[in-house]
Amino acid sequence: MSTQTDFRMALLDPDRPAPPNLQDGRGGAAGRRFAVYRNNVAVSLGEALETGFPTVAKLLGEQNFRGIAALFLRATPPQSPLMMTYGSGFADFLAGFAPVQHLGYLADVARLDYAMRLSYHAADAQALAPEALQTLMSGDLSVARLTLAPALRLIRSDWPLHAIWRFNHDDGPAPAPRAEAVLITRPEFDPVPWVLPPGGAVFITAILNGATLGDAFEAASTDTPEFDLSALLALLIQDQCITGMESQT
Amino acid sequence: MKPTNKALIATAFATALISMPHTAAAAEKEKCYGVSMAGENDCAAGPGTTCAGTSKVNYQGNAWTLVDAGTCTTMMLPAMENGEARMGSLEPLERDLPMNG
Amino acid sequence: MLDRAFPNDLPALPGVGYKPQHYASIIADPAPVGWLEIHAENYMGDGGRPLAQLRHLAERFPISVHGVGLSIGGDGRLDADHLARLKHLCDWLNPASFSEHLAWSTHDSAFLNDLLPLPYTDATLTRVADHVDELQAVLGRRILLENPSSYLAFAESHWSETDFLREVARRTGCGLLLDVNNVFVSATNLGLDARAYIADFPLDQVGEIHLGGHDEDHDDQGRPLLIDSHGAEIADPVWTLLGETLALSGPRPVLVEWDNDVPDWPVLAAEASRAARALDPLTKVPA
Repeated sequence: MSTQTDFRMALLDPDRPAPPNLQDGRGGAAGRRFAVYRNNVAVSLGEALETGFPTVAKLLGEQNFRGIAALFLRATPPQSPLMMTYGSGFADFLAGFAPVQHLGYLADVARLDYAMRLSYHAADAQALAPEALQTLMSGDLSVARLTLAPALRLIRSDWPLHAIWRFNHDDGPAPAPRAEAVLITRPEFDPVPWVLPPGGAVFITAILNGATLGDAFEAASTDTPEFDLSALLALLIQDQCITGMESQT
Repeated sequence: MKPTNKALIATAFATALISMPHTAAAAEKEKCYGVSMAGENDCAAGPGTTCAGTSKVNYQGNAWTLVDAGTCTTMMLPAMENGEARMGSLEPLERDLPMNG
Repeated sequence: MLDRAFPNDLPALPGVGYKPQHYASIIADPAPVGWLEIHAENYMGDGGRPLAQLRHLAERFPISVHGVGLSIGGDGRLDADHLARLKHLCDWLNPASFSEHLAWSTHDSAFLNDLLPLPYTDATLTRVADHVDELQAVLGRRILLENPSSYLAFAESHWSETDFLREVARRTGCGLLLDVNNVFVSATNLGLDARAYIADFPLDQVGEIHLGGHDEDHDDQGRPLLIDSHGAEIADPVWTLLGETLALSGPRPVLVEWDNDVPDWPVLAAEASRAARALDPLTKVPA
C-alpha cells in the first residue's frame, strides 16, 4: 500500500493505528499529532454538513446531528473538492439509518436543505419582464412552452415539508399532518421555499418535462379539479422564474 | 385541448400579470449584500486534538443512539404511517399563493 | 537585502482573505486593504451571489485566487475536472495571482477537506513537480506554491522543506507563497528554528506572504503543538518573524487570513493595518 492509502485509511478509522513512519520531528513517534489530521477531516466535513443541512441540524439537535454526520462522512467522504456540493447522498443515508426511522420526514427535509443550497449556486438567468409576457399573450398560450429558471427546484413530499421548514426557520406553527410539495424560487440571490397548492406540483413537473401550458394545465386539473393556475403563474412571474416562452408546438 | 382550457389559461395569465406589483428591481450591487449559504472551502485547520476524529463511538454505527434533543421533540408531528393514509387527511390550504416561506 | 520586484500583479500592500460577510464593509471603505484573496473552490458554482460579488470586487481590487482543493501532492493523477474548473475561473477572472498548496487532499477520488502532509523524498519531488508543470500548462500562467503547516514529520524525508520548495521552483519555474505563520507553527511543532528556515528560504521566488492566527495545543510529551486555525489574531512572534522576513525579501504582498470565528470587519482591517505598518518602512526608503 502507498503511504497515502495508509494515511487516509487511518484518518477515517480510529481503530487503525497511525502509520508507523510518522514522527514528531525529533525522532520520536508522532503519537497524538496524527489526531490533528483526524480531527481536521472529521470536524471540517462535519461542520460542512451541519451548515449545509440547517433544518436537519435543528430537528436533530447538535449532538445527534454531529453523531450522524460522523458516520456519514466516514461512509461517504466528498467525491469532489467543492464543499458547496457535499452531501448529495445524505438524504438517502438518513432514509436508511435505523435510529431515525421514526422521523419519517427527515430524508425529505435533507432533500429540501440540499435543494436550497443547489438553488443558491445555480446559474443566473434573465427572467421575462411582465411587459414581454404581455406581448406574448396575443398568441395561443395553450401551445406555448415555458422555460423556467435554473435555480428553480421542486420537491414533492408525503410530509408537511414546507410547514416543517417554517417551524424551524420562521417560527411557524406546528405542522399539521399532510403532504406538501415545495417549490424553491430564487428571485434574486436568495432561494425561497414556497408551498405549492394542490395540483401545483403536477403542473410544474409537466412544465419542467417540456409540456405545453395547455397539457400541463390539463394534467394539473385532472389531478386537482380546483387547480388555480393564476396564483401559481403570479408566483412564477413575481419570483422571476419564467426565463423563456416559446409558442411553436 | 378543450377550448375552455385555452381561455382559462389566457385568463390566468392576464390575472397573474395584473397582480404584479410595479416595483423597480434592486440594482445588482445591492442584491450582492446579503447572506451567503454554507459549503465553503478554506485552508484552516480544525480544533487541534479534540476527540471528534478519534472517538470510536463516532465511527461505529451500531454503538450509536439518538438522544432526546432538537426541534423534532417539540414539533409534535404525529407519526404518519404511509403516503395513502396521509393523503386522506389532506386539508385545504389556509392561504393562497403567493405565501412566503 | 534583496530588493527586486517580483514579477507579480499583486501590489506590495496588505490583502485579506475575502469573506462574504465583509462585502458591504469592503465596498464602503476597504482601507488599508489593497487586494483580496479568494478560495477558488468557493467560486465554482454556476451563478448566484458568490459570482456576482466576485464580479464587483474584481472591478475594484486585484484578486488573488488561492486553490485549496487540487491535491498537488496526491499520489494519483490530478483531477481533470478540477483542473478544467480552475482554468475556467482564471480565464474568466484573469486574477493577479494564482496559488496552491504543497499538500494532498484527495485520494482514490475521496476529498478529505484538509491539507495533508507529504514526505520530502525524490519520488514526492518528481510527482509534485510534474503536477505543478501540468497545472501551469493548463492555466497558461506561473503559479505560487505555499509551504504547509506541519504537525508531524515523515521518517523517510531526506530533503529539508526549504530545499524541497527551492527545487520544485527550479524545475517548474513556479513561484512560492511563504506563509510566515506556517513557518512558525511548523518550527515550533517539529523543533526547528523559524529564523533559520526564513534565512534558507528562496525569498527571491516569493510572490506573496501569508499571515494567520494559530491555536495552541500540546503533544503527548506536553510540548506545545500549534494548530493553524486561522481563527484568532496573528501572534506577536509571527509579526516579529514577518518583519525579519520583509527585511530580507523587500516589500511583498502580505495577506491576513481569518477563516474560523471570522470577526467583524474592523478587527480584520486592524490586522491588515498592522501588516501595512510592517511594510511601511520598506516602501519609504529615501530615493
